[in-house]
Amino acid sequence: MARAQLLAAKRAAAETRLAELRLPEGGGWARRAREAALARLRESGLPGRRDEYWRFTRPDTLIAPEAPAAAVAKVDEAPVFDALERLKIVFVDGVFDAQASDDLSLEGVSIERLSTAAKADLHWARDVYGVLEARGQSPVERPLAALNTAFAEDGVLINVSHPTSKPINLIYCHESESSDAMLHHVVRLAPGAALTLLENGPAAARFNKVLEVDLGEGARFDHVRAQGSDRARRAVTHVFARLAAQSRFKSFTLTVNGVLTRNECVVEFAGEGAVAHVAGACVGDGAFHHDDTVFITHDAVGCESRQVFKKVLRDGAEGVFQGKILVRPDAQKTDGYQISQALLLDGDSQFFAKPELEIHADDVICSHGSTIGAIDEEALFYLRSRGVPRHLASDLLTLAFLAEATQEVEDARLREELTDRLDAWLARRRD
Amino acid sequence: MLEINDLHVKLEEEDKAILKGVTLAVPDGKVHAIMGPNGSGKSTLSYVLSGRGGYQVTDGSATLDGQDLLGMEVEERAAAGLFLAFQYPVEIPGVGNMTFLRTALNAQRKARGEEEISATEFLKLVREKAKRLEIDADMLKRPVNMGFSGGEKKRNEILQMSVLEPKMCILDETDSGLDVDAMKLVAKGVNALRDGTRSFLVITHYQRLLDHIVPDVVHIMAAGRIIRSGGPELALEVEENGYADILGEVA
Repeated sequence: MARAQLLAAKRAAAETRLAELRLPEGGGWARRAREAALARLRESGLPGRRDEYWRFTRPDTLIAPEAPAAAVAKVDEAPVFDALERLKIVFVDGVFDAQASDDLSLEGVSIERLSTAAKADLHWARDVYGVLEARGQSPVERPLAALNTAFAEDGVLINVSHPTSKPINLIYCHESESSDAMLHHVVRLAPGAALTLLENGPAAARFNKVLEVDLGEGARFDHVRAQGSDRARRAVTHVFARLAAQSRFKSFTLTVNGVLTRNECVVEFAGEGAVAHVAGACVGDGAFHHDDTVFITHDAVGCESRQVFKKVLRDGAEGVFQGKILVRPDAQKTDGYQISQALLLDGDSQFFAKPELEIHADDVICSHGSTIGAIDEEALFYLRSRGVPRHLASDLLTLAFLAEATQEVEDARLREELTDRLDAWLARRRD
Repeated sequence: MLEINDLHVKLEEEDKAILKGVTLAVPDGKVHAIMGPNGSGKSTLSYVLSGRGGYQVTDGSATLDGQDLLGMEVEERAAAGLFLAFQYPVEIPGVGNMTFLRTALNAQRKARGEEEISATEFLKLVREKAKRLEIDADMLKRPVNMGFSGGEKKRNEILQMSVLEPKMCILDETDSGLDVDAMKLVAKGVNALRDGTRSFLVITHYQRLLDHIVPDVVHIMAAGRIIRSGGPELALEVEENGYADILGEVA
């Protein structure tokens, strides 16, 4: 009875949200994908406070018909990947900005806007768009991703046939206080292809983004994102990745500020010997709530997955980690690792962790750990006794804490750039 | 000159007096040793001078070249020229040894109104000092004290000392956990820093370290007080007869 009531409430919430929404115009393949997603959404409803999967993060503001307003931050730092040679694709409040973007051409890659491709009757993206998202709805529903598949009007569809010469950088600018943006990107990598995808910027007052990545055999995908520093922004993002044999997927997210962020990452191993690393470092204070939710399914022999999440919280900030490794019966020789740690810089902050392993194969190595701690007073005293001022010593120890996550970024330049951002965030808060 | 005058210290958390009126002066260029049985307050003295938390000074004073040490922050004491070589150097994962040392040196220089040292100059300086202490490049690259043996940790302390060039060095049981060869190496490093103006306060249980770092004055500490002072021969007396005789005399 309670369950039926809960479902009714979720479906009612979905109908409330849907009242003002119309499916975007589109050709055959896009229309079918969107209609299927809409049906999924109507079936599952939208999450409520009593949902187990939303136990530590309140979904109200993410599902409400209106996006809560968010002031646009004035930032004097240069955008994070500005110094790099890359292909820029710019969205302002979720709307493609052709003038600010580079020409969408890169050797070995085809790049199209979703809004254009959706008009075609047939498109390669139909094998991925909404497909990986739909696969990711089981065993746990992700209704906000279905909402995105149904209603996102734009995004980029990237088809990679060869290793690429430079990264593609999706840049999300936030200019309107009331913007409510939805973007849906698809990346397909042919066997042996490789791409680095960078994402940065606050995007909008409220941002719902889905990224689906389909990796062919032996393909490599590196994903590095820096979620913008606007304090009042809200974001719910999903990454869905499917890995063919011997492919390699690496995703790292840096988050500074943001009143509400929920980043879900769903990885499915579909072929032998593939590797997936998902990592994140976040720093926040005050009205900051950051949720990393990861679900990794091992359904093939000899795959390696690694989750490394570090959070630095102060002044009432909240961090959440929900991470699961599911090993199906045939996924022997699985190597799964998961660590989530929070450093609380004062007594007001909170960290909620729900690490889960579900293993149905008998020849696997899986481990997980989760810790909450404060700055090590012994180490602090040691550093200070050598003349390092307290705030600097504390920052050194904080960056050291985050290092295990930032080290997941292989490119040294990117890693330094991200570490500098973390350092700058700490420096702005020095007493 | 380090001057400690009638220093009384208790634990912050409980009403337990540890130092009960310590008076001591280490003039420039001199090496003083403090010996004493377990629980006499030797290490507490080193912690209180360097500013570690958990202690409360209830009376007395401690100054370095006339500056009130007890009123300073931990890092200010370091910048003023005080250095404590730890009995148990702390392992700090994720912080590189070189980054740490350069940050420390530049912070001290900045606090004293001096120019910061460049990365290349610093590298040259450290390599030269490390070589003398037989510290290899790999050790310098590792995080602070991580995976170091007992001897390596103590050598790392002396390396920090020789790079930071303090006026007043306190060595807290630096010989503990060292074999003879390691102790000789550490002593050699310390002796290389004896330049006629730098002073040392060497805290130890045993006389053997003082064979290698020869003190000008030896103090015997017991129950929170200095009960006897004398020349190096006092250390030999302790070695032969233990503390019982001296404690007996005073009682």
